[in-house]
Amino acid sequence: MGRFLLKRLGLALLTLTLVSIILFAVAQVLPGDVGRAILGPYAAEEQVVALDHQLGVDRPLLIRYWDWISGFVVGDWGTSYLLDVPVASITLERLRNSVILGGFALCLIVPISILFGVLAALNYRRWFDRIMAVIALSLIALPEFVSGVIVLVIFAVKLGWLPVAAHLPSADPLDWFRQLLLPSIPLMFVLFGYISRMARAGTVDSLRSNYVRTAILKGLPRWTVIRRHVLRNSLLPTITVISVQTGYLVGGLVVTETLFNYPGIGKLIFDSAIGHDLPVLQATVLLIALLYMVLTLAADVVYTVLNPRIRLSSRS
Amino acid sequence: MSVAEPLAPVEETVPRRRAGELLRPLLRSPTFLVGSAILAFWVLDAIFWPAIVPQDPQALNVAQTLKPPSPAHWFGTDDLGRDVLSRTLAGASSTLTVAPAATALGLLGGTLLGLVTGYFRGLVDDIIMRAVDSLLAFPLIVIAVLVLAVLGPSVINVILVIAFVFTPIVARTVRSAVLGEREREYVSAAKLLGKSSAAIMFGEILPNITGPLAVEVTIRLGYAIFTSATLSFLSLGIQQPSPDWGLTISLGRAFLQLAPWIVLFPAAALATLIIAVNLVADGLRQAFEE
Repeated sequence: MGRFLLKRLGLALLTLTLVSIILFAVAQVLPGDVGRAILGPYAAEEQVVALDHQLGVDRPLLIRYWDWISGFVVGDWGTSYLLDVPVASITLERLRNSVILGGFALCLIVPISILFGVLAALNYRRWFDRIMAVIALSLIALPEFVSGVIVLVIFAVKLGWLPVAAHLPSADPLDWFRQLLLPSIPLMFVLFGYISRMARAGTVDSLRSNYVRTAILKGLPRWTVIRRHVLRNSLLPTITVISVQTGYLVGGLVVTETLFNYPGIGKLIFDSAIGHDLPVLQATVLLIALLYMVLTLAADVVYTVLNPRIRLSSRS
Repeated sequence: MSVAEPLAPVEETVPRRRAGELLRPLLRSPTFLVGSAILAFWVLDAIFWPAIVPQDPQALNVAQTLKPPSPAHWFGTDDLGRDVLSRTLAGASSTLTVAPAATALGLLGGTLLGLVTGYFRGLVDDIIMRAVDSLLAFPLIVIAVLVLAVLGPSVINVILVIAFVFTPIVARTVRSAVLGEREREYVSAAKLLGKSSAAIMFGEILPNITGPLAVEVTIRLGYAIFTSATLSFLSLGIQQPSPDWGLTISLGRAFLQLAPWIVLFPAAALATLIIAVNLVADGLRQAFEE
């Protein structure tokens, strides 16, 4: 197990380095002259040169890359061009807000998706299973802004139950729920589709296995078979899917947070991309790649810890 | 085993499925049929909308702004008095131009890359698969926002960025299909006949992986619609005054309280189109798996 994890960690670091190089190239090389991009086409040439020098973008690319990446590692992420605050503080604050929103969506939808996935598998190829398949497929396909706008019209405009724009929740737990429910629904739709399909597939596989047939034939009650033999095995692949979907979640957050005006990292990515705020953009996107790697790695660890077959086989 | 058997033509040992055999399970699948019907409706609408719209989708009418649905305007009017029904019907064409164009480009690049890497393996193969992993570490929307912010929003850039992301993903699917085919007897036979690598890749292997390729195309088309509409919504794609659905929803948000029909109808249209494409993809996948 140790060697396996070490290999995964090495691959993750290699991928992360590649990502940082691509990111740096896209953000620094493609826009051409950074000073010109900030000051606009009518600024005097001397001012552009002066700003380039002040920002340090007139130095060779390799040195700039090294400066940036070594700064990133020790937590010095530079200063935002637009907001004139340290990138690290604003990025981490927005990330915290997004973790609240994303965590809220995950906590609510993971149990529901697993429940429906398992129910669909227990009704394999009957009408409930078929309807669930179409619903899951449709929910995955819907862009977040489409489902977001539809729930906004229904629950905020027509029924007036929930606020139109989301704010950071106050201490009141009911307010928490009210503020976060609408912006998390588009995320939950997509997550529900993926997680329920995975839970269904895992359950169908273990229902077909020999150990479940043995458990049924030796006369165990149906519920005991499902709980002890089916669920324990079927939920393993679901864990992997949840971690992969957390990576998706960030893309969904860009759209949902923009739609609901929620101050999270998705909106920060969008705003800094529109405003050409390169230090913020590079830091947020690299941070997201880093998070994604950590989550997939964590999912592998959890998977091995929970799965005695892998845990024990590598120890011997 | 009889003596004649080894002389039998290769086609008999590797039976190729005819079109009719594939069509039958498709025609029995209700989800596929419903999906194709809706998709056909939107494709026809995207081509012939100038002939079927009740009013000019760009015609302003200051006296008729923000009117709710009525017999004169079935879907109501927007903030400039334009007919929402006409704009919804006209809005299909931008999505159904950008998404198929991006899919086709990505498919072309991905098929070439996948055929070459899968057939030759080696170092190029390793490098490309690593690059795919790096790409997949980002959500597609984040890559697109990053690139479009740098290159500037335009329809061509939207097509290019989606195609760019699709290329390695399609390449991976094609590559794994090629890996399964390259060990088959018909490939060895073609090699023994002295055919060139290019002739084997395009003339022998490619026709045999059309199944997974067709499924991949429909799945990618769904994602392309999803992404291009989202980019329009983020105002990084098609610009005003196009009746594009994503753009209309983005601009109509300001009138959500007063006139929700401005966003509701394009949202419903986009939802039906994208669900239809996914139903077709799912039907194809099941037909090829059976």
